[in-house]
Amino acid sequence: MSSHDVMPEMSLYQPVRVEDAIGIANQFADRGWLVGGGQDTYGWLKDRAKSADALIDLKGIESMRGVKETADGIEIGALVTLTEITKDPIIAQRYPLLAQAAGRVASPQIRNVGTIAGNVSQDVRCWYYRRGLNCYRAGGNLCYADTPEGMNREHAIFNASRCVAVTPSDTGPALVALEAQMVINNASGQRVVAAEEFFVGPNLDIQNTTVLRPGDILTAVRIPSKWANAQFYFEKVADRNAWDFALVSLSAVMRVNNGVIEDSRIVVGAVQATPRRLTEVEQAVRGKARNDSTADSIGDLASRTANPLNYNHFKMPLMDNLVKRALRGQA
Amino acid sequence: MNPKLTRRRFIKGVIASSAAAASTSLWYSAIGADRPAGAVERLLSLNVNGQTRRVDVAPQETLAHTLRYKLGLTGTKLGCNRGECGACTVLADDVNIYACSTLTHEVSKKAVMTVEGLRAADGTLHPVQAAFVQELSPACGFCTSGQVMSAVALLKSNPRPTREEARQAMSGNLCRCGAYDHYLNGVMRASGQLS
Ligand SMILES: Cc1cc2nc3c(=O)[nH]c(=O)nc-3n(C[C@H](O)[C@H](O)[C@H](O)COP(=O)(O)OP(=O)(O)OC[C@H]3O[C@@H](n4cnc5c(N)ncnc54)[C@H](O)[C@@H]3O)c2cc1C
Ligand code: SF4
Ligand code: FES
Ligand code: FES
Repeated sequence: MSSHDVMPEMSLYQPVRVEDAIGIANQFADRGWLVGGGQDTYGWLKDRAKSADALIDLKGIESMRGVKETADGIEIGALVTLTEITKDPIIAQRYPLLAQAAGRVASPQIRNVGTIAGNVSQDVRCWYYRRGLNCYRAGGNLCYADTPEGMNREHAIFNASRCVAVTPSDTGPALVALEAQMVINNASGQRVVAAEEFFVGPNLDIQNTTVLRPGDILTAVRIPSKWANAQFYFEKVADRNAWDFALVSLSAVMRVNNGVIEDSRIVVGAVQATPRRLTEVEQAVRGKARNDSTADSIGDLASRTANPLNYNHFKMPLMDNLVKRALRGQA
Repeated sequence: MNPKLTRRRFIKGVIASSAAAASTSLWYSAIGADRPAGAVERLLSLNVNGQTRRVDVAPQETLAHTLRYKLGLTGTKLGCNRGECGACTVLADDVNIYACSTLTHEVSKKAVMTVEGLRAADGTLHPVQAAFVQELSPACGFCTSGQVMSAVALLKSNPRPTREEARQAMSGNLCRCGAYDHYLNGVMRASGQLS
């Protein structure tokens, strides 16, 4: 793919207050592009696969930085970088699941600038779409991945609806597992959306991966204390340990009392367009011991309803095995 | 225009460092059709390798482009130009980043360090550079300046890393010659853990 040396001409704004950023974003509407760390953004623009009239760099907005304790948990500013998440002492102590997930994103240099907001808001990594082809997700009327010859090894095994791309975010499933709340500001005020509702699949909206619309700014991510210091399990399987996106990732939170799983949330990444909660597995393991026999009793419950494409059947046993490892209690 | 977007606030927030240039050219962007005022100034005072360099930078220009083609600092290499190789690694306020995937305007208030800025005034190599020479770390050398910068960033935050910590910290730097272990030996030597 051609990767031009420079991006096409655009203007750049560096507001220092959320209201100003919203004002600029509204004036440019769908021709404005918010930038956190820019690590998902610049590839689109260099490749001329997407374009914008103005970049709105949010990094000068001090109120969107830092990790704060709140009455019910913590609030992570939207601009907090993935590296900061891996190093934050409160997150490391209470929610190590999120630190582990953030620590497996891309590479150290990308984590040093990539923000939590950008990580959850990033677009899908389907190469046909990234190449700039006019597929369903780009507003066209066909899918290049879901054909007999389509290269779909990385694509969805659940809930495809014309588009078969998967959620690329490593932190998304962890945030859904932790019952995080996404704080979104726009010109008419602030709304708070559960992480589970923040991500949207192609059945609801084929051109957007989240509920964010032009003029919306994700300002913070709240994590309730409900799952603080619970038992956690995170694992990401990718072709390489650096840079690569997940083939399947798993984020689990479990309340275990005397070895028995009282409650859990088990969420898988990269199997459909949104983080996939395994509610059937959660129900099946409630009241069971966290051990090998529970893990084995689950069988293929997670993948039973999967609908794989030509080249991604391997994701089914991969997902089932990650679920087993999570339930077993050790890798 | 949104009345809240006052010109003054943007001058304060955006271009505090280049106040001299601000007063004239800000008007251009303000006049420019119906665009909001306050787009960034092109003329920057960039802190590179401890020096202030005045440079005209397009809004969408990457740091790698500015360094190589405007400031003549070609020690920073461009391999992939898309965040997948690490050849362009430089430091911004001591943190290693990809210069190909950073806008110059994003680091206009930071201290940028490139491989050219590492050696002492008398030409003495930085300990990481010296260790890489001793360990014969580079093979072809294309990835070397990026490897050096990641090692420098690591040792600034963690002066005595374990080999595994070093491996993790260097994992954003690809080496097509596969000289990874030699670079790791270099990092361990630079941190005084190999003699
Ligand atoms: C080589 C490479 C490998 C990668 N590997 C991984 C990986 O393994 N796992 C993974 O999860 N990701 C990966 N990524 C994707 C991504 O770059 C990172 O996840 C990063 O966290 C994105 O954050 P950012 O702040 O740089 O995003 P940006 O590019 O700044 O933003 C991404 C999107 O979010 C929007 N956005 C940003 N901030 C806000 C906000 N506050 N409110 C509303 N919208 C906002 C932007 O408009 C844009 O559409 C990789 C990227 C590259 C280039
Ligand atoms: S999977 Fe989605 S993004 Fe990829 S080609 Fe098909 S419609 Fe486009
Ligand atoms: S040139 Fe920047 S990472 Fe390859
Ligand atoms: S030494 Fe040749 S690419 Fe690393």
